[in-house]
Amino acid sequence: MTTLSRRNVLKGGAAFAAGTTLGAPMIWAQNIKDVTLRQFGTGVSNLNDVANKVKEDLGFTLEMTALDSDSVTQRAATQPNSFDIADIEYWICKKVWPTGNLQAMDTSKIKNYDKIVGIFRNGKLTPESTIAQGTAPHTVGFTEGPDGKGFVDNESGWMTLIPTIYNADTLGIRPDLIGRPINNWSELLNPEFKGKASILDISSIGIMDMAMVVESMGEYTYPDKGNMTREEIDLTMAIFTEAKKNGQFRAFWKSFDESVNLMASGEVVIQSMWSPAITAVKSKGVPCVYQPLEEGYRSWGGGIGLSAALTGLERDAAYEYINWYLDGWVGGYLMRQGYYSAVPETSKNFMSENEWGYWFEGKAATDTITSPTGDALAKAGELRDGGSFQDRMGAVACWNAVMDENQYMVRKWNEFIAA
Amino acid sequence: MALPTMAVLIFFLVLPIVMIVVVSFWQATEFSIIPAFDFENYEFLFGSNVTYRVFFNTFKYALITWALTLGIGFTVAYFLAFHVRSLTWQIVLFLLCTIPFWTSNIIRMISWIPFLGRNGIANSALISWGVIDEPLDWLLFSDFAVILAFVHLYTLFMVVPIFNTMMRIDKSLIEAARDAGASGAQILWNVIIPLTKPGIMIGTIFVVTLVMGDFITVRFMSGSQSANVGRLISNDIALLAYPSASATAVVLLLTVLIVIGIMLRFVDIRKEL
Repeated sequence: MTTLSRRNVLKGGAAFAAGTTLGAPMIWAQNIKDVTLRQFGTGVSNLNDVANKVKEDLGFTLEMTALDSDSVTQRAATQPNSFDIADIEYWICKKVWPTGNLQAMDTSKIKNYDKIVGIFRNGKLTPESTIAQGTAPHTVGFTEGPDGKGFVDNESGWMTLIPTIYNADTLGIRPDLIGRPINNWSELLNPEFKGKASILDISSIGIMDMAMVVESMGEYTYPDKGNMTREEIDLTMAIFTEAKKNGQFRAFWKSFDESVNLMASGEVVIQSMWSPAITAVKSKGVPCVYQPLEEGYRSWGGGIGLSAALTGLERDAAYEYINWYLDGWVGGYLMRQGYYSAVPETSKNFMSENEWGYWFEGKAATDTITSPTGDALAKAGELRDGGSFQDRMGAVACWNAVMDENQYMVRKWNEFIAA
Repeated sequence: MALPTMAVLIFFLVLPIVMIVVVSFWQATEFSIIPAFDFENYEFLFGSNVTYRVFFNTFKYALITWALTLGIGFTVAYFLAFHVRSLTWQIVLFLLCTIPFWTSNIIRMISWIPFLGRNGIANSALISWGVIDEPLDWLLFSDFAVILAFVHLYTLFMVVPIFNTMMRIDKSLIEAARDAGASGAQILWNVIIPLTKPGIMIGTIFVVTLVMGDFITVRFMSGSQSANVGRLISNDIALLAYPSASATAVVLLLTVLIVIGIMLRFVDIRKEL
């Protein structure tokens, strides 16, 4: 271990402050090597490959900690001194931002800001698109100024999170065990799959999947799935509690690995799933489809936030890191896992034409598509489930959200699990 | 000597518990905890029928696991203490019992999952033997799986104290009983069981407290489909509801203390040790 203690890093920062007054850029270049930034977030983008590449390209050390969504929220809200960079989702930001543990980021320091896709700026993928229900990223993406505590609905120049990663989620299925087309969210509760269905046990995301199912069944149409009333929550939970009592579900999953194991072992044939979990099942040689559904996708987005305590050299390093993040290497890496980058056009430079065509443009693969770890995912001629970026992100029905009645919903969720 | 011990106990045992009790009266919003003196957490806890269901479930797991671990644990200890004659073999066999404890108990628990699954070893074996035609779904992600894992994990906690007290039974007492004409069953019932009561009680306290405080076994083996009190607490903590988690923890603590208090009325461990 060559990483320095925080104390030493701070000393380095002080030396840097002295150095800048003399206007010597060389000192900066040497000092930045001593910086250690502590990043934490959900497993999706906390990848050791990224930390290694940061060390290689930028010279400083990035320490990664991967936690589940609940723990991430908890840590961001209660332990502001335990991290420098928070890699969180937008709905988590809605909860954490009011605590003042994060600082607003100056978009003029973000080189590729103008190339960030519209979803994160004005909410629109294309000028014609309608904004989906739920906590759409742009609604919690900007604050009024450097010390802003609220959210504003315009591009104010001060971002709460710099968007990094996002995707459109749907149900995963085992086509070999189902043997017929699946086109609707309502299939999750189809008695045909009794004892072979699963849903995720993370309340804030699970409730959205439930809402998609309830709407698809024709039981109820929500005015806003992302912000239900108590009656709507009760109604949704009642439908799922009944299904649970009838033995519809094999299990509920909380971690990524659990969802992969449930699917790969055949315990479950239809369930809520995340894109890389599909990839993981496929790379075991088990057929698995990320099924596009008529009602559309449940989408989510993540971004990088800076701890309020971050200053000086460390903050400069963090901006450097953010600019590097949007510069394409990470984007290419994430896109090869089936996610999207906030600045797709820079990622293109780090992907082969075949990869770009398959993952982004929805074209048939011209050659074998491999995962970042080298497993074959698709053969020549195969298409990505759901098609192109425009097809998938254009069909978002709702975003992961935090409701006003969140605490009530959580209590009801606990009852559902205990039922 | 007493003073440092007291200090350690106060600092590491009493103080944390006092803190939990204090926090249980606080209020929480989604991202902040507000010091207060409020009975809201307890009101919600006692006002929700989920609490009663979950406590019932916790007792159910504890009771069934206790009965099974006692049966198996007593038999194993009896075999070791009275059937194995040489001390060397007693030690060898006893160590054999502890081998599973060289791995983490999470690993021991999770390794049941592929074994019991729909396409797991247990089901394929039963199908190939012609015992069943369809895989048995209740083997995994069910109360059966939870109790199986509990029994597997905690039987040794029963074996050790029972074996320990059995080893200290004066063999001449058994001979005297036999000379007086007692049958094997009578010796077991009238001599051995009364004399091993303290061991049984210590084992019972271990098993009951472990099962009642567990949450991870229930989560994994039931596929998150069942809940016990531990899971209620862990869910609350995950959602930052520390006050509500503390209130549940206080109620659980009191429940377990009452259970142990009742058990201690039957056997005075201190006297028998």
